[in-house]
Amino acid sequence: MGKLILLLLNLIVLYNIVAAVFEDQVGKFDWRQQYVGKVRFSHFDTHMQSSKKVLLATESNVFAAINTRTGDLFWRHVDKTGPEGNIDAVLHHGQDAVLVVGNGRVLRSWDISVGGLNWEIVLDSGSFRSACLVGQQGTVKHAAVLKKSVISLHYLSNGHQKWVENLPESETVNYQAVHSDGNGQVYALGVVSHSHIAVVAYSAEDGEIIKQVSVEAPWLSNIPASCAVVGQGMLTCVDSTTMSIYTLDLYQQLQMIQIPLQSLGLEVDPGFQPHLVSHQPHPARQPLSEFLLQLGPDHHLLLQLNNGQIVILRDFKPALLVSFATTGEKTVAAVMSPKNKTACGINLFSAESGRRLLDTTLIFTVDPNAGKPERLHVQAFLKKDDSVGYRVMVQSEDHALTFIQQPGRVMWTREEALSDVVTMEMVDLPLTGTQAELEGEFGKKADGLMSMVLKRLSSQLIMLQTWVAHLWKLFYDARKPRSQVKNDVSIENLSRDEFNLQKMMVMVTSSGKLFGIDSKTGSILWKHYLDNIPSNAAFNLMVQRTTAHFPHPPQCTLLIKDKDSGLAALHVFNPIFGRKSQVAPPALSQPILQSLLLPLMDQDYAKVLLLVDDQYKVSAFPSTKNVLQQLQETAASIFFYLVDSSQGRLSGYRLRTDLSTEQVWEVVIPVEVQNIVSVKGKRPNEHVHSQGRVMGDRSVLYKYLNPSLLAVVTESTDLHQERSFIGILLIDGVTGRIIHEAVQRKARGPVHVVHSENWVVYEYWSTKSRRNEFSVIELYEGMELYNSTVFSSLDRPHAPQVLQQSYIFPSSISTMEATLTEKGITSRHLLIGLPSGGILSLPKMFLDPRRPEIVSEQSREENLIPYAPELIIRTEWFINYNQTVSRVRGIYTAPSGLESTCLVVAYGLDIYQTRVYPSKQFDVLKDDYDYMLISSVLFALFFATMISKRLAEVKLLNRAWR
Amino acid sequence: MARLLSFKAAVFFTLFFFISTDFVCCNNGRRVGDPLETELSGFSVPLEHSFELDDTGKFQVRGSLLLKTGREPSVSLTQNQLSEEDRAKLKEVAAVDGLYRIRVPRVFLQADRQTEWQMEGHLTAFVRACAMVESHLSDVITLHTDVSGYLIGVSIVTLPGACRGTEVEDEVDLEVFNTTLSIMAPVNAPGPETALFLERMEQESEKKGKNPQEQKSFFAKYWYLILGGAIFLMVTNSAQPPAGGGREQS
Repeated sequence: MGKLILLLLNLIVLYNIVAAVFEDQVGKFDWRQQYVGKVRFSHFDTHMQSSKKVLLATESNVFAAINTRTGDLFWRHVDKTGPEGNIDAVLHHGQDAVLVVGNGRVLRSWDISVGGLNWEIVLDSGSFRSACLVGQQGTVKHAAVLKKSVISLHYLSNGHQKWVENLPESETVNYQAVHSDGNGQVYALGVVSHSHIAVVAYSAEDGEIIKQVSVEAPWLSNIPASCAVVGQGMLTCVDSTTMSIYTLDLYQQLQMIQIPLQSLGLEVDPGFQPHLVSHQPHPARQPLSEFLLQLGPDHHLLLQLNNGQIVILRDFKPALLVSFATTGEKTVAAVMSPKNKTACGINLFSAESGRRLLDTTLIFTVDPNAGKPERLHVQAFLKKDDSVGYRVMVQSEDHALTFIQQPGRVMWTREEALSDVVTMEMVDLPLTGTQAELEGEFGKKADGLMSMVLKRLSSQLIMLQTWVAHLWKLFYDARKPRSQVKNDVSIENLSRDEFNLQKMMVMVTSSGKLFGIDSKTGSILWKHYLDNIPSNAAFNLMVQRTTAHFPHPPQCTLLIKDKDSGLAALHVFNPIFGRKSQVAPPALSQPILQSLLLPLMDQDYAKVLLLVDDQYKVSAFPSTKNVLQQLQETAASIFFYLVDSSQGRLSGYRLRTDLSTEQVWEVVIPVEVQNIVSVKGKRPNEHVHSQGRVMGDRSVLYKYLNPSLLAVVTESTDLHQERSFIGILLIDGVTGRIIHEAVQRKARGPVHVVHSENWVVYEYWSTKSRRNEFSVIELYEGMELYNSTVFSSLDRPHAPQVLQQSYIFPSSISTMEATLTEKGITSRHLLIGLPSGGILSLPKMFLDPRRPEIVSEQSREENLIPYAPELIIRTEWFINYNQTVSRVRGIYTAPSGLESTCLVVAYGLDIYQTRVYPSKQFDVLKDDYDYMLISSVLFALFFATMISKRLAEVKLLNRAWR
Repeated sequence: MARLLSFKAAVFFTLFFFISTDFVCCNNGRRVGDPLETELSGFSVPLEHSFELDDTGKFQVRGSLLLKTGREPSVSLTQNQLSEEDRAKLKEVAAVDGLYRIRVPRVFLQADRQTEWQMEGHLTAFVRACAMVESHLSDVITLHTDVSGYLIGVSIVTLPGACRGTEVEDEVDLEVFNTTLSIMAPVNAPGPETALFLERMEQESEKKGKNPQEQKSFFAKYWYLILGGAIFLMVTNSAQPPAGGGREQS
């Protein structure tokens, strides 16, 4: 028995696949990029002149500090996703930044120098409306938080509540803003829509109501959108229907004074909602009496409110963006105005006088492949001669941040669109010029023996030349220290490496910006912004032509579909250069239900894309004569399926020769009981090397390898923990035959599914045991194959054998994917993205329904691991060691040219790229392989043989003489 | 060898056997030997088929399915013979590689009253017409229900399934359907087997307990080595002269 256990232990130890990296390998094959998301609030750290920090709070619920010199992150705090972690307001004062998070649920203070948490308090319930800093006698010690029915004042030093007061008549009055300007009072401003404004003044000392007035304002409905406090407590509003500016003195509150815009000689652009911006340089002091008024998309004005009179200081037209900034005692307005098509000019104007400041012009070049500038964040500073200098951070529609210094030098650019990657593909890089030449030689038709020989010779001469050049470069680089050898990657010198490990990552982001990223270094090689993308678009990226068909350029097609209307558009581009293709995509007038990429190719080697519209008519792209002819020939064997999850309907269709379709099967899952949550097919580029598994007794168990098998996952509508369940249906996508139907009782989603080869792995939440569980289903044909040459769904009458086993997993998971290799010889691993930011590479061997409960001689022969109900997370299985990947949403795997190596990209808030070797690097010699030793041994042996042979000959000769 | 194999199969394919026993039980229920019971708590729905040269769906009644409701639903089938005309048409359709389709209405098998089981829509499936002809109308029809008893899908395969282009000379072969019918409910997917594993662990620890050699503690096992080592150390220590002792005193 002891021997047996020892053997067993040995077995387990032997199967501990070491996936860890050595210290010197860190960053050699992998890289990580961290993002923050679309910026909502930004504050430059001004409490120190030399500070180089900008604080960003984003729509992805991230609060971060960025180095303004380099654009790198100083620190970053990632909160919960969704409304729970939503950053409602950021109040920045000195060393502290106070955040209101989760619709007024939590108040948090951060030390901005190191990013540490000062304090955090939980606020009373009630939806958040507004917040401001409250100062007195020049110092700021409190922050006021306005909620739907209460206002509270908190100490900045520890977050404790100083006082909390109910707002009067909070049922009828919609309180929207809070204001304080250092006179010991806090004003809560509310509005009864189209009736009146309610102003409540609280004493900052004890929260006592000092004054409470309501003033007629029948035109007002939203204070933050149309009002601002200017100068000495003058609430100034602008209204587009009456074309007037209204002012109200908060100290006296007599009535609103109407100043028609016409009396100032101003006019609002038709259809534009005018907007006011005021500026309060210090929370303990009054706001400036100057303010900005926007009257049109490119029309801004700098106005001054002087004793109830409005004076126009400066008219900016055209001006795209305007922003205030303060340094020391000086406040300036930065104005961005378009210069020509590709450039914008930014100038500074004194806020007091409206005069243009000298030598403050900054040129901002608008990238034609990026979005329009959307917001301007200005960092102003005093130069040595007391004049104002500045830098700007331009935020554009595609969520990019560009930091520019005078006179127009771009210091850095952050592509925050990459924080929300929707889908991606990896495309092989093109061959080098010489390789392409060779390829071209074989591609062309033969035109005579002599010319062919000459061509061959010339191309080989070129190869020799490049090889010499390569050797020279190697030699030259070897003399330099390693740190100086830089591999500059640019589009020009991109070429496929020996093992095809370097690829082009084509990433599609939700903002509609496409990126081409070099997988080796992570540098962005091209970007392309698609404007007018609907906000709820669904993207589907397909590689129609790979780089293998020189001289035809590779071609990717992006299907952009509006989820509401179903209308779609195609964007065809070259994935290596990002340029829009010459090929004109068809205009799609009908809503699209389904798109299919067929293995058929047209004469230019582009795969045929079929689009099914809501009339069940099919259109092909490209739709040349050749393609249509091929489609007609193969129509009878083209089947596709549609899923209507709202009705629980799965239906199969067959293509007819006239490109119409006919329904051939239908499966209906009643939506009253369960909902279809995901349908997973197999990846089309997956290879399975072995058709079966060799068992302990040397017989073969054949896998059921149906390429058109679909795994359909359903969740019960009844969410009660005793009655909820998850359904797994395996359906043949061609015939609609239900191969297997299983129910996991007392289980709930979210379900993550991976479907590959002959197995389906899914993860769910067990409501009974309150834990995450993995389950694996494997399908086998049995001991003999029905038809070993080809798999046809139409001719497989016998149902496969189904094996299933479940395991306990100690963590919840975010996403899951399986590794993929060139030929499918390498064993498979599951890559699991954990909420903690780790990416776990779990050998599929542990998820094998044939793991025996009782160890037998045969199962040991087969290398099966004895069943253990718990899957243990081993730390060496984390492929991203300490490189946490926040909020992993997807993992993409691609095969490389090496069978042992699989390229992995995990994306979410961050992007992480690495390589995995599921069966170790069995086809690669190690870095430290001793070539000298092996060759010297070889030579020595060779010479030894020679000498001994000679000696033997001499000896034989001598013996013969004897 | 054969015994070994069957043993292994028993170990590894318990799940499969579970399904197949289910299947067999359904087959038993299918046999039209108990018409009384089916009439008591069942209902019949038409099984329709369609085979047309232009592949349009013109469904005609092929037979009627008698569905028995309740906890363990079962099904039986009575079906008509193919008419002369239909036989000719089926052969024609098979010649152009057309489809032979069947459909059943969606029903709810757990319903008590008749008004409740009817639902809108049909479930359809198909098989190549040539396969139907070449198998001499021997088909396997499976009805799939979901966990609450709704019929969700139907599948049809022929045995043999391949189309080899063999001519069916005898018209009589295409007269009577030779149908194997079954109804399948979803199987319960297994959860993690903790109980068995714990039992096994306990057994192993018990075995360990029985074996006195392994139960011995570290000291009990190696006391002679430790003792020997200690004595050896002591001996070497005492053998050393008290070097520097004199200096310590001064």
